[in-house]
Amino acid sequence: MSILAGKKVVIIGDRDGIPGEAIKLCAESAGAEVVFSSTECFV
Amino acid sequence: MDLENQKRVKEFAEQYGPENVVVLLGAAEGEASGLAAETVTAGDPTYAGPLTGVSLGLTVYHVVEPEVKEEFDPAVYDEAVSMMEMVLDVDDIIGEMTSIREQFCKYL
Amino acid sequence: MKAVIKGAGYILVHTPDMVLHNGTTQTTERIVNPESEYLKELPKHLRSFDEVCAYYPNQVYIGNKTPDDLAALEADKVRGWVDIKCDVTDRYGKFGQIMPQEEFLLLMQACDVFQLVMLDKDFVAEFKPQFAANPLISEDIVAKIPEAQTEAAEIARLVEEEHSEGLYHNGKLVGCVKRAHDIDVNLSSHVMHEDIVSKASSVLSILAAIKSTGVAKDDVEYVIDCCEEACGDMNQRGGGNFAKAAAEIAGLNNATGSDTRGFCAGPSHAIVEAAALVASGTYNTVMVTAGGCTAKLGMNAKNHVEKDLPALEDCLGGFAVVLTADNGVDPYINLQMVGRHTVGTGAAPQNVIGSLVAAPLAKNGLKITDIDKFSPEMQNPDITKPAGAGDVPLANYKMIAALAVKNGELQRADIATFPAKHGLTGWAPTQGHIPSGVPYIGFAREDILAGKIKNAMIIGKGSLFLGRMTNLFDGVSFVIEGNDGKTQEAGGVSEEEVKGLIAKAMKEFAATLMAQAE
Repeated sequence: MSILAGKKVVIIGDRDGIPGEAIKLCAESAGAEVVFSSTECFV
Repeated sequence: MDLENQKRVKEFAEQYGPENVVVLLGAAEGEASGLAAETVTAGDPTYAGPLTGVSLGLTVYHVVEPEVKEEFDPAVYDEAVSMMEMVLDVDDIIGEMTSIREQFCKYL
Repeated sequence: MKAVIKGAGYILVHTPDMVLHNGTTQTTERIVNPESEYLKELPKHLRSFDEVCAYYPNQVYIGNKTPDDLAALEADKVRGWVDIKCDVTDRYGKFGQIMPQEEFLLLMQACDVFQLVMLDKDFVAEFKPQFAANPLISEDIVAKIPEAQTEAAEIARLVEEEHSEGLYHNGKLVGCVKRAHDIDVNLSSHVMHEDIVSKASSVLSILAAIKSTGVAKDDVEYVIDCCEEACGDMNQRGGGNFAKAAAEIAGLNNATGSDTRGFCAGPSHAIVEAAALVASGTYNTVMVTAGGCTAKLGMNAKNHVEKDLPALEDCLGGFAVVLTADNGVDPYINLQMVGRHTVGTGAAPQNVIGSLVAAPLAKNGLKITDIDKFSPEMQNPDITKPAGAGDVPLANYKMIAALAVKNGELQRADIATFPAKHGLTGWAPTQGHIPSGVPYIGFAREDILAGKIKNAMIIGKGSLFLGRMTNLFDGVSFVIEGNDGKTQEAGGVSEEEVKGLIAKAMKEFAATLMAQAE
């Protein structure tokens, strides 16, 4: 069973890791519905 | 994790049901990934945010982990993440994430 | 015409009490968890002024040590440079200085023109002579400190009853910043405190740059402030203008100015704008300046305390860069080689680096390896690694190297040596815009003049999404190159060319005369 397809995905990205918007593209390509995408910043 | 983000995670879990929500992380290293994963499963370990003492047990992965990576369109992943994957300590991230999932995820 | 880098000033202000009272990590914790162990522990992790001056990265920031010196140090795997005492502990450096808190509170009062900064009269009596002895603080600035100061009891009353923001020194209330309006939230004591701190540290940066470059104050025609604060009232929240306000106190009487914003990318945007203003001949001398940020003090201190490290984010940062018309000597900014993250670039890290690094170089027929030194985000890894953000400059270098491999410009085996060869080790405090590429500009100028390197790329990146107006990221880069000395005359025309033009005109004139004679 897939992890992402058909699921509501919440994204917590990182400015110095992978930003939220980049993860969003991936999640959508797996058939997930992205309900929230944010990017945290520690600097 | 940012307090506002904790609040949103909590709201989405209530709105859609925790079994239907998956959290994807993009943290820069293992320890930070583990802390974020712990926050959305066992509760906020820093006792600061709305998830303090709230064990949502959500399914959570880092975007570079193989389980979710194989579900992405490879072309999209290659374009959006692949080069950063070379920079990150992926093994460290996988180790931290796996440990948190095994302990606290309720919907695997 | 080219815009050259005349030099730069860099300052730190040690503000341990502001870490406790004004850093947002702490103010948030006091709201959500007032009895927390963290709040009890944190004061024990604050450093003394002497410790701050003996901390190696700080000595690099003010120019007493170089980035190469820092890179050559053997850092501890866990504690970094924390336990290494620098062999230079001077608070003054060739680029600027480290100012202690007691002097800075007086500088804040000197920078306040609305009688909002109130100080305890005993505090002023004790520290005014020390403030006046600071070589960057001229008599006209000392004269801005009013003779009549405030009783301690009145300051306590202002904090307790009038919503004033307390000013503390060694844990004791020694002053306050009053609200500038009873209702307007944009003129609240909290905002005024943040803005006056930013202004005062910008003033100190300007004074440091004036001293280190030798530029006459009256020659500065325009100032661009690129910090991350906003000043204004309830009818124009970010009306401005920090630049002119700081120029006034610093005595730049012939200057006007404006504020440029772009989160941490602000300084790079501002320097490109300043260079364009000089290159176009609009102004001859432009200064880019930014003060520090109280909110970010102790931002990652929870992690530092947890790992039994000092609270390393205990200093405000500031910088100022002076750009002037081509003098044939100083390195210049190549305005044909500016990198931009555009609306369409997207958030993928490889696209961000591609747009900022590879694209402008390719446009000019250059490879990534043609740039001797890259200065992306020069955050001190001692601060970021314990906080889970990793070594930010190193991550940038790995990305740039990976991109070079992808473009066939670098062998995969050379990725490991790329950071040491083309990179720098981060030394700047996590004050947002302060570490963003610009800390290297002073050294880059020197390294290029000394022939150590031929060029350097400065990269600024900004997290626009934090403002909740867009999900976009941002970034701007530019390249500093050695001056070939060929175009020092006005308009970019050399002496030979002028002689040639005159000779041609004379010939044409003679021909006209002869034609008329015939």
